[in-house]
Amino acid sequence: MADSDNVSGVEIQLDQVTKRYPGSREPAVRDVSMTIPAGKIVILVGPSGCGKTTTMRMINRLIEPTSGTITIGGEDALRLDPDTLRRKIGYAIQQAGLFPHFTVAQNIAVVPGLLGWNRSRIRERVDEMMDLVGLEPADYRDRYPRQLSGGQQQRVGVARALAADPPVLLMDEPFGAVDPITRGNLQDELLRLQTELRKTIVFVTHDFDEAVKLGDKIAVLGDQSAILQYDTPEAILANPADDTVAGFVGAGASLKQLTLLRVRDVEYPDIALTAVETRDSPGALRQRMTEQGRTYALLLDERGRPKRWVHVRDLSSATSLTSVGRPVGDVVSTQSTLQDALEAIIAEGGNAVVTGSRGEYVGMVDIRTVTDAVQQLREEHGDAPEPTGSAAS
Amino acid sequence: MNDTERVIMSLFDYVVDRWERLSLSAWLHVSEVVQATLLAAVVGVLIGVAVYRSPAGSAVATALASTILTIPSFALLGLLIPVFGLGATPSVIALVLYALLPITRNTIVGLSGVDPAVRDAARGIGMSRLSVLTRVELRLAWPAILAGMRVATQMLMGIAVIAAYAKGPGLGGEVFSGLTRAGSANATNQALAGTLGVVILALLLEAGYFVLARLTVSRGIRG
Ligand SMILES: Nc1ncnc2c1ncn2[C@@H]1O[C@H](COP(=O)(O)OP(=O)(O)OP(=O)(O)O)[C@@H](O)[C@H]1O
Ligand SMILES: [Mg+2]
Repeated sequence: MADSDNVSGVEIQLDQVTKRYPGSREPAVRDVSMTIPAGKIVILVGPSGCGKTTTMRMINRLIEPTSGTITIGGEDALRLDPDTLRRKIGYAIQQAGLFPHFTVAQNIAVVPGLLGWNRSRIRERVDEMMDLVGLEPADYRDRYPRQLSGGQQQRVGVARALAADPPVLLMDEPFGAVDPITRGNLQDELLRLQTELRKTIVFVTHDFDEAVKLGDKIAVLGDQSAILQYDTPEAILANPADDTVAGFVGAGASLKQLTLLRVRDVEYPDIALTAVETRDSPGALRQRMTEQGRTYALLLDERGRPKRWVHVRDLSSATSLTSVGRPVGDVVSTQSTLQDALEAIIAEGGNAVVTGSRGEYVGMVDIRTVTDAVQQLREEHGDAPEPTGSAAS
Repeated sequence: MNDTERVIMSLFDYVVDRWERLSLSAWLHVSEVVQATLLAAVVGVLIGVAVYRSPAGSAVATALASTILTIPSFALLGLLIPVFGLGATPSVIALVLYALLPITRNTIVGLSGVDPAVRDAARGIGMSRLSVLTRVELRLAWPAILAGMRVATQMLMGIAVIAAYAKGPGLGGEVFSGLTRAGSANATNQALAGTLGVVILALLLEAGYFVLARLTVSRGIRG
């Protein structure tokens, strides 16, 4: 792929990995083989107790595999000293697990300290990490974990995990314990970080929506970490491998697909009749509208940004375009997801205005745009017109 | 002068007259107690570290230490004197044994109270077992250990009086001879001076612990 140049992550390979806890008859993880590509976010998702955490913790050997091999960047992880191995693998968990007796800065500095970095390099790195996760160093450096909100603690947890710039990052439900809005923000931030850092991230969750949002690939796991399907979110949503996966994907797979598509990926024809409110006269606009048989026109400001919709009958009495029409409500940008677009289409009563990067009008989307896009996704990922799960239910 | 004032004046005179001997006893008393506490802290923390991962081990260690505490101090000294003779040795040993319970128990409570997520994170980011123990677990258990040491010290201040029975150093000698000479001149003053001295020293040590806690417990975990 073209974007493989600045990847800092490395590939992880699990080969027939099994974990049997002492005293239990059945293995918690049985014969799992998977390749986690360098620089990608791979999500392990599945029901509680299926072995996600166990699988992940075998990668940094917090749990020793009973059998099988794990290679990280071509190196056999089971041959390395576990402490040395772990210093090269970032680790972030649900409760953040910050050291309560250390300040934020001291928490972030732990791994660089273990690696023997000198003081000034550590101090610089701490500030850099705090900036990266959106915590103002001057305000937060000397705080203790208990003086932080849950979301801020998670940020520090991520900063600590990334401090020594490890190629691999393991995250076990890192955003599981925060409210939905904070979780959304943290997810957005992780995605932003990842476009910069390009680590190999193994991320455990049982929230399928989170998996769809964050994952380059999703591994849907069943009992004993059996891989039910391992594919891109698009492919899993469009064509779940079996009923169990379909059940896990849950209701509303089509709506979830909309979160994966952006307006820039679909057609947004420039079909509105437009006029610049400060430049065009009501009379001239009215004439153009009657000629073209339009009832509505879109008024733009001088920089081309959509302002108001005007009805043709409002123009007869108007002296200037700056005083007529009703304001444009929700607009969508080319960056918006189709889900946002659908929301705007519904709110606006049938279609929505699309704006470009500087907020200027570039086209329109309507409900057909959305349904066509979903249809096309389905065709790309197999022939099933309906998810197989819906037939069984 | 009423009676109370007369007693106080006479005690005051007594203390001033014998200041040298009394202050030496007081110093020896404190030093014996502090040394016993420190020794017990080392032993107690080591025992705590050895057993806290196993519920059975923790139960046994706590039970043993409690058993020691149920032995009356006279009896314990009576058992130690034949082995170690009279003097400081049997009293210090007795004091250390008594101090073990609060310190061991609080070490176990403190260590097992460490949030498992914190321990997991410490291992997960690559700390060795030893540094997890010394840099994280013991640091987090420290307020509890210190509280155990404080309780032990307070307890030992009183027990050290009784240890004078084994001819150990300290203010116990004053209290004992005051009580055995009851009725003779200055007997009451001697017993009172010894007892009050112990109380005052206990309060001073209490203040010492307060300062120590301020200085050594991280602000992040201070209550
Ligand atoms: N230390 C252990 N000893 C014995 N069995 C264990 C141990 N840890 C986990 N298990 C068992 O292994 C299985 C998988 O556990 P694991 O924690 O990997 O699940 P999970 O998918 O992460 O679940 P969750 O979503 O609830 O976190 C479970 O049946 C669990 O009971
Ligand atoms: Mg788990």
